[in-house]
Amino acid sequence: MKPAPFAYRRPGSLADAVAALAGDAGAKVLAGGQSLVPLLSMRLAAPSMLVDINAIPGLDTITADDIGVTVGALARHADVLASDDVRRVQPLVPMALSRVAHATIRNRGTTVGSLVHADAAAEMPVVLTLLGGSLEVVGPSGSRTVPAHELYVGPLECCLHHDEIAVSAFFPALAPGAGVAFDEIARRHGDYALVGAAALVDGDSVKVGYLSVADVPTVVDLSGVPDDRLGDVALEHLDPADDVHATADYRAQLVRVLTARVVRSAREGTR
Amino acid sequence: MTTKLMGQAVQRVEDQRFLRGQGRYVDDVALGTATLHAAVLRSPHAHARIVDIDVSEVLDVEGVHAVWTYDDLEGPMAEPLPLLIPHPALTHGRTQYALANGEVNYVGEAVAFVVADDRYVAEDAVDRIRVDYELLPPVVGIPAARAAERLVHDDVPGNVGARLEQNVGDARAAIAAAPHRLALDLTVERSACQPMEGRGTVARWDPDLNRLQAWTSTQTSTGVRAAIAVKLGLDLGQVDVITPDVGGGFGVKINHPWPEELLVPLAAKTLGRTVKFTEDRREHFISTAHERGQEQHIEVGFDDDGRLLGLDVEFWHDHGAYTPYGLIVPIITSTQLLGPYKPRSYRVVFESLYTNTVMVTPYRGAGRPQGCYAMERTMDAIASYLGKDRAEVRAANFIQPDEFPYDHGLVFQDGRELEYDSGDYPASLEKLKTLVGWDEFPQFRAEMAAQGRRVGIGLACYVEGTGVGPYEGAHVHIETSGKVKVATGLTTQGQGHATVFAQLVADELGVRFEDVEVVTGDTRRMPYAVGTFASRAAVMSGSAIHLAAKRAKEKVLKIAADALEVDEKDLQIADGVVSVKGAPPDSVGASIDLGTVSVLSNPLRYAFDEASKAATQFQVGDPGKPPVAEDDEPGLEGRDFYSPERATFASGMHAVIVETDPETAEISILKYAVVHDCGNLINPMIVEGQIHGGVAQGVGGALYERMAYDESGQLLNASFMDFLMPYVTEVPDGIDIDHVETPSPLNPLGIKGAGEAGVIPSAAVFAAAIEDAEGIPITAMPISPSDLFALRRSVGQARDQSDAKERP
Repeated sequence: MKPAPFAYRRPGSLADAVAALAGDAGAKVLAGGQSLVPLLSMRLAAPSMLVDINAIPGLDTITADDIGVTVGALARHADVLASDDVRRVQPLVPMALSRVAHATIRNRGTTVGSLVHADAAAEMPVVLTLLGGSLEVVGPSGSRTVPAHELYVGPLECCLHHDEIAVSAFFPALAPGAGVAFDEIARRHGDYALVGAAALVDGDSVKVGYLSVADVPTVVDLSGVPDDRLGDVALEHLDPADDVHATADYRAQLVRVLTARVVRSAREGTR
Repeated sequence: MTTKLMGQAVQRVEDQRFLRGQGRYVDDVALGTATLHAAVLRSPHAHARIVDIDVSEVLDVEGVHAVWTYDDLEGPMAEPLPLLIPHPALTHGRTQYALANGEVNYVGEAVAFVVADDRYVAEDAVDRIRVDYELLPPVVGIPAARAAERLVHDDVPGNVGARLEQNVGDARAAIAAAPHRLALDLTVERSACQPMEGRGTVARWDPDLNRLQAWTSTQTSTGVRAAIAVKLGLDLGQVDVITPDVGGGFGVKINHPWPEELLVPLAAKTLGRTVKFTEDRREHFISTAHERGQEQHIEVGFDDDGRLLGLDVEFWHDHGAYTPYGLIVPIITSTQLLGPYKPRSYRVVFESLYTNTVMVTPYRGAGRPQGCYAMERTMDAIASYLGKDRAEVRAANFIQPDEFPYDHGLVFQDGRELEYDSGDYPASLEKLKTLVGWDEFPQFRAEMAAQGRRVGIGLACYVEGTGVGPYEGAHVHIETSGKVKVATGLTTQGQGHATVFAQLVADELGVRFEDVEVVTGDTRRMPYAVGTFASRAAVMSGSAIHLAAKRAKEKVLKIAADALEVDEKDLQIADGVVSVKGAPPDSVGASIDLGTVSVLSNPLRYAFDEASKAATQFQVGDPGKPPVAEDDEPGLEGRDFYSPERATFASGMHAVIVETDPETAEISILKYAVVHDCGNLINPMIVEGQIHGGVAQGVGGALYERMAYDESGQLLNASFMDFLMPYVTEVPDGIDIDHVETPSPLNPLGIKGAGEAGVIPSAAVFAAAIEDAEGIPITAMPISPSDLFALRRSVGQARDQSDAKERP
């Protein structure tokens, strides 16, 4: 469990980081390393170069205003989770973050890193998608904003080019009168969820995002669906699968249970 | 007078070191850059012939020193690894080679061994070895092994390594004649020990001394030493094996020698360098050992009270690709299955089967959890059939306190009669019922049901043969400083031996606990030893240490009596000072400290220290005779061995209350209670710690862990991400424990083993409680929420169908 050889760069500026990425088609960005380093150790990934962005100043900011929450590429899960401003502006972010792995992993792992790792079993990609957030991305030709609904294109795959770096994520604020909720069921505390669900209720609009039951983070619009049909309707848009931990059937049951729970909870929590 | 430490909850002397990160494990040895590191190429296939191995690309890698394949091995190293424990019934025993010889039989089997400057380079080199495999059809799982449409080993018909039958009376006739009969089919899946520290070996060849020194993370340093000497063609006296701190064993490290335990010394001797192998987690999953996998068919005949008239058990044991540890696990299942009960007749037959999976050797409990599961599920089935209380049916079958010693008429794992030495099962059951609230449970269930919550209770009983022979030894040395150095040969993997053994020595010698230092697992200090397994360390080494301390004490009293010119009978020892009983404190010439006695024990007396000077005032020995008497030796030491007639039998009973979620089928533990009898307790805190750890592993085995092999023999969950060892968050917050103490008559301390107890009844007790909560028979363990959900579905569908049939 030792990584294959790789080159290592630790640039001091974004421009240098982008240049390093552009110069090596096999290069990968290293931020918190909580997903990447285990992949390296198991030799499931063997990038030719790691571009460590931890020395780039100004990427660890967390700001929250009436519009929403902006999280920098080096902001750790634990710091985002601890922010009262974030909690006030968009409570779904800390609700979901508290279920991301364990404290030690949250201390090192970054929220933006989790977003671009694009794991459909992770909490934050679903939250960004449900809320209609976006990523700010910098590449050789400048910066662009990628809306969440365009971000996830396949299993563990987002639409960023290999020489682009996500510098921040934007989570829109919770609108007055709207409510959110998050819940998941995992085999053990802190494990990847067998199924997770995040709800956003605003007036008649009911949307629920799901993790671990589709190839990509998936949001289903359940507006107007009767309460006793919520889960079943959601399942028409999802693709729960068998694995060593649970059957597809069981995951479907959890979709039903969790959908009802998060929708109820989001309604109860409306402001 | 010093307070007796036996029975006291003395704080563990080890914990300061461990909790501060100052433990010293094999990987902490030889940290310098001069040390070379090894990596192993392992088979990616479950069953294949090796056509060719091409290592030509490896030696060009900078930093690579050597690579070995089977063809490079010579002499004893080229022979199969030893079959440690042969048995007449093991007619087709097979063991692997240190490196695969033409065929691989499980994913993970060692194929090539690379030594390089560091582990990174070694792994790079392993990636460059090209092996041409010709795939063979794999045999995975017990049904495939029994079907025998494919064979693991061409020369083992039916994949059957062994078949063993034991009979007491005519169980089949008794069942046929019984007023009531039941049959059950049960399965248990595989799990594994998974110590936090995997395997590891460091070896160093010293050309000046012409000897090999090895450190290895094992449960038997003497066994590894003998294996290295034989396989490398060295004299035993040229090999030292040291086992430093071990980060858990749980059974997997009693199997030996592992290929790497021989290849590392071979490389060290060949290259003249220090060589280290530290196993990683994936390697531990796929190349050490698993346990537990069995299928069982039980037939039972019983009377109106649920008394067992005839019990007939057949089971099929998956032993994986090889059988280095013989039949120990299935023999234990077949004999310990009986627990605290006395069926009128018993037949048990097992087949031990080959599969193309990681081999099976003992894991804490070693076949007992499966046996307990078979027996206790049967007890629950009988109670359900008769509509009787489950505790009552068990009580009706107990061996009674006045029936000990109780001979079952079977042959146990050590080849001796299965004869229980002592116990009080009715007392244990009463304590357990009180502890868990057995009689109050129906009311609790009703209260919970009113809230829409579903709960169930289960209990399970077991008896555990512990402290098996053949022997352990101990050496006690009282130094001239008055400090006591104790050595015993078996190893320590976190049990607190340095504490409990010091308690015993302090008690026997009358020295301060702080002045006793215990060393284990170092063949230089005690070359004769067996190992730490089978819950045997306290019984075996504890007894040996007690006896050795007694011998040292005899010598102390003899010399002190001579020096103080009094009769031995008039002396006492407390806090390291021998004094005349009844003499006023500080009276001149009435006392002598142990350090001074130690000086006097050696006629060569250079006055290096104060103790030696202090000794000059005393005169011992007869000036007319040789300074060392004929039946004596210099020095204040005691050495002795303990070798019992047979195992001693600990017992216990567990109960659990679980809640099952009606919607998600999640299973949570509301209460866990244990009553435990390991005879006299040396240190109740350590015994309770052992129980806590065992229960935690039991929770894992019952609710979380399994080895998910696919049909091609790939282990799909070979990581801690997917093999769900429980965290502290999954283990019950509190475990209620009570003790019963029925001293063993077989050893001087009246003790029994406690190491494995906590894990034995887990599968049985959780199956019982979940069955009680759900009203669905639980016949396969472990059980996950997904499994329980599927069971509910299938039972629901079956009920719907039968309802439909009944409706005309």
